[in-house]
Amino acid sequence: MLKELALPLLLTAGLIAPTSVVADSDIVLKSVSTDLPDPGRMFEGPGSDAANNNCLACHSAGMVLNQPGLTRDAWAAEVNKMIHAYHAPVEPQDVAAIVDYLARIKGAQ
Amino acid sequence: MKAITRRSLLGQAATASILMAGRRAFARPSVDLGLPGGPGVRPLTTDFPEKGAMILQRSRPPLLETPFEVFDQGVFTPNDRFYVRWHWAVIPTDVAVDSFRLAVRGHVATPLSLSLKDILALPRFEIAAVNQCSGNSRGLFQPRVPGGQWANGAMGNALWTGVRLKDVLDRAGVKPGAVQVRFKGLDEPVVDGAPDFMKSLSVDHARDGEVMIAFAMNGKQLPLLNGFPLRLVVPGWYATYWVKMLSDIEVLDRPDDNFWTKSAYLVPDTPGADMKPGATGVPLVPISKMGPRSFITNLKPGDTIQAGAPVPLRGIAFGGDAGVTRVDLSADGGRTWRPATLGKDEGKYGFRQWQASFTPPSAGAYSLAVRCTNSAGLVQSDRPNWNPSGFMRNVIETVAVAAV
Ligand code: HEC
Repeated sequence: MLKELALPLLLTAGLIAPTSVVADSDIVLKSVSTDLPDPGRMFEGPGSDAANNNCLACHSAGMVLNQPGLTRDAWAAEVNKMIHAYHAPVEPQDVAAIVDYLARIKGAQ
Repeated sequence: MKAITRRSLLGQAATASILMAGRRAFARPSVDLGLPGGPGVRPLTTDFPEKGAMILQRSRPPLLETPFEVFDQGVFTPNDRFYVRWHWAVIPTDVAVDSFRLAVRGHVATPLSLSLKDILALPRFEIAAVNQCSGNSRGLFQPRVPGGQWANGAMGNALWTGVRLKDVLDRAGVKPGAVQVRFKGLDEPVVDGAPDFMKSLSVDHARDGEVMIAFAMNGKQLPLLNGFPLRLVVPGWYATYWVKMLSDIEVLDRPDDNFWTKSAYLVPDTPGADMKPGATGVPLVPISKMGPRSFITNLKPGDTIQAGAPVPLRGIAFGGDAGVTRVDLSADGGRTWRPATLGKDEGKYGFRQWQASFTPPSAGAYSLAVRCTNSAGLVQSDRPNWNPSGFMRNVIETVAVAAV
């Protein structure tokens, strides 16, 4: 459905507080000022340091912990993708430790 | 652009963890999405601004899934239950309506910097349209694939209000030789050098008169997490193109080679984006149009119904990039089908409610399946598609129930 609306535009910055609202007869747009919650969990258990040091800058641990079990190769591919596609600043000497950790806590069933 | 005050992430996290410390004392409600092989349990969260109870897929940047029962409540998904999906974590949390500007630039005669008042002064229209993540239902793929592990709730239908992208482009004057139009929002990557999230449409698509710059959904301003103050609406196409917090429109005289357009969101160039797990050398193309889907919303797997008594069935369907022509129902796992009654047509790109009644002849297990046919003649398949990104699932859904 493409429905044309009547357009009696009453552009009215003057009617309403000038700085926080843009409005006309049909719609009011109000400035937003809010906060987003805490990123939450970290990686836990033996060997988790490398993941905590390299894998929390761009997304919370939930991105990783909610994944299904994957093979070691699949985890290595994921870490590579983070480095090459998304420019993740991963210390080269940490890559193996991260892959080991992920393959252990979330290995293929 | 002075609309944004970006707070230090550290400051935000510190304030939030004090708040959270108090909340952790209580056990949090959770849902089990039943993903094959797990893990399927997710917390339900009410911690996000302008959002009611949502399934927490990822806190930063937020991935929030709509609990499925919301789809039983009507064809328009309420703003505070509409799913949320961001790629990069630098999301402005302060957006001032008086200083916000939308830039229109590139291969145009007159570059523009439009205020929200300028946008509201343009002719406007409304359209009901489903916004569905390319990876909606990815968690149900088998074999499983990495990515956001959604069940079926990374979709929603809203009545969008806004202006035609065409009108805005015409004001700027697209120059001959333009190829694509690229869209960017206010969100930014956390790390230097990482690719900004941007998506492009062909110039012809951008000027088709249906692509909208929306300033309202369901009659209200958009929640921040759904793209306040402006969001692109691309009816019939996957949500990856519906750029949130739209702040920059660039007309290109060459094909867009940015990462998110060129290298991400690619699907096998095969019917239904289907391929064999492990196959190599499959040609890939950018994801685009959605296909038909349908769901039973008043029963869930494992529910018990009464044998010998009529059970009302209802749900939603959508045609993808075409309208819903029919919805059929099967109580024997897809061997025999009969038509459901369609509810009010709110527009070809939106959800359509359907209703039916089923009387289980005797006690036992029943496999209730629902199938949508769209007005382009596409029918949902009884075999799930597979691709390594977990995109475009639209198999016939089945709900197993027991009659007693
Ligand atoms: C430079 C930023 C950045 C860093 C650092 C980073 N990632 Fe990612 N990651 C991303 C982006 C961007 C996505 C895709 C985001 C989305 O879809 O929302 C992603 C997605 C993922 C996914 C989902 C599957 C997929 O391929 O989309 C997994 C798993 C993942 N990251 C694991 C990791 C691991 C393990 C690390 C540590 C080595 C890491 N990430 C570090 C940016 C990053």
